[in-house]
Amino acid sequence: MAILDKHKILETNATLLLIFSFLVVTIGGIVQITPLFYLENTIEKVEGMRPYTPLEMAGREIYIREGCYTCHSQMIRPMRDEVERYGHYSLAAESMYDHPFQWGSKRTGPDLARVGGRYSDQWQMDHLRDPQSVVPESVMPKYGFLERRKIDGRYIGDIMAANAVVGTPYTEEMLENAVADFRAQADPDSDYDGLLERYGDKVNVRNFDGQPELTEADALIAYLQMLGTLVDFSTFTPDASR
Amino acid sequence: MSKTPEKQPGDPNTTGHSWDGIEEFDNPMPRWWLWTFYATIVWAVIYTIMYPAWPLVQSATAGVLGWSSREIVQQEMVAFEEANAPWNAKLVETPLDDISKDPELQQYAVNAGGAVFRTWCAQCHGSGAQGAPGFPNLLDDAWLWGGTLDDIVTTVSYGIRSEESDDTRYSEMPAFGEILEHDEITQVVQYVMSLTNAQTDDAAAQAGKVVFEDNCASCHGEDGTGDVFQGAPNLTDAIWLYGGDEEALTETVTNSRFGVMPPWDTRLTEAQIRAVSAYVHQLGGGQ
Repeated sequence: MAILDKHKILETNATLLLIFSFLVVTIGGIVQITPLFYLENTIEKVEGMRPYTPLEMAGREIYIREGCYTCHSQMIRPMRDEVERYGHYSLAAESMYDHPFQWGSKRTGPDLARVGGRYSDQWQMDHLRDPQSVVPESVMPKYGFLERRKIDGRYIGDIMAANAVVGTPYTEEMLENAVADFRAQADPDSDYDGLLERYGDKVNVRNFDGQPELTEADALIAYLQMLGTLVDFSTFTPDASR
Repeated sequence: MSKTPEKQPGDPNTTGHSWDGIEEFDNPMPRWWLWTFYATIVWAVIYTIMYPAWPLVQSATAGVLGWSSREIVQQEMVAFEEANAPWNAKLVETPLDDISKDPELQQYAVNAGGAVFRTWCAQCHGSGAQGAPGFPNLLDDAWLWGGTLDDIVTTVSYGIRSEESDDTRYSEMPAFGEILEHDEITQVVQYVMSLTNAQTDDAAAQAGKVVFEDNCASCHGEDGTGDVFQGAPNLTDAIWLYGGDEEALTETVTNSRFGVMPPWDTRLTEAQIRAVSAYVHQLGGGQ
């Protein structure tokens, strides 16, 4: 066929080959990626999703920094064994404020998409300090140093602002009160009305790590204790076309 | 310099390309490979017709088979629910104390409850229900909040000291570090240790007895045997949730403890709660 003979022009001209290869890859990318932005069933409408509070956001940063995602996924697949073990399968909407998302691809440890509220704060702290003390079979390393690293939330507003740039709906008010909300959430004796007003009544306000100082352990446990608890599944009807 | 080999009779044709005199035989692809390649193309076409594939304006093609991962998981869940429905219904209807009188129902409850336990409870209470420091052993006869089947169902349903449930079991030991003098704490710790015949300083323990009666006896009882109605542990049975040595007891008295268990009525069905309670009850310590 005549058109196939034209291929020789590409094969003998490196620059042309590069340009056309790039074009082909671009078309493939557009076909695979673009529909996700306009198809209606990509991210379903659900009730209850809110952006992370400043303390939870800090916990998420620690989760990423420590590489928790290399052993823990946050993605419950729609299969019976997973739903029985972890709870309702994950929805895209549940990670729509995750930049980057923490779906993960490896489960040395269990999936954490719905770990929130499943264990007590004390268990989380004991488990971070010495995982084998509560789960003897575990191979997880110790993260006791987190409770010795104090944090003050000085830069959390910047992280939230960066997330706002990529689409997380943080309001001006949320950004302005970031540091105050950060501290209030870990101190049940503080005035946390503003925090609840901005992020909802369901926000956990507790001294997560059980010690007076505000530490990285507070932030990480605050994050873990809200994972997968936001969406109100009583008002959720699954879109059958997926 | 090696010499360019002469083309032998019977050699395949060359591609016609020549690089500095080097030529390339135009060998055909192996037939099996070529046909496999064509087969994958045909397969791809059939697949995109049968299964969800092509993105359109607002949705994607659903595929002739109407396959949906969510529908499949839903069907599987419902199928297992229906298969177990008669048993679960019976489990919920039967009065708690009568479950063990029906051997078949008891066997169902223990097996189903064991699965629930290993999924939801083992992380704190241990895969063998042996507990861990701070998380009660469920194999022994010591029960903080009561060990009857009814007590266990209540604990599992509403948890302990949980913020999530209004019906949760609640009590709070004061942090005596703010109430008692340092010496008094030392003395009362010695007294509590003496209750289980640990090596103690007798004089301090004698003084501690008075401190105990004034401050601790209202919950733990005059004789220190505790009170399951307020989750006050028995201090005379040598079973310790947080440790029974001097250091652990001093920490407990000074700062108190506040063990929390989540409520499970929001995550588990009534039948699952009854099943796991029956499982825990028959482990050895059930009353």
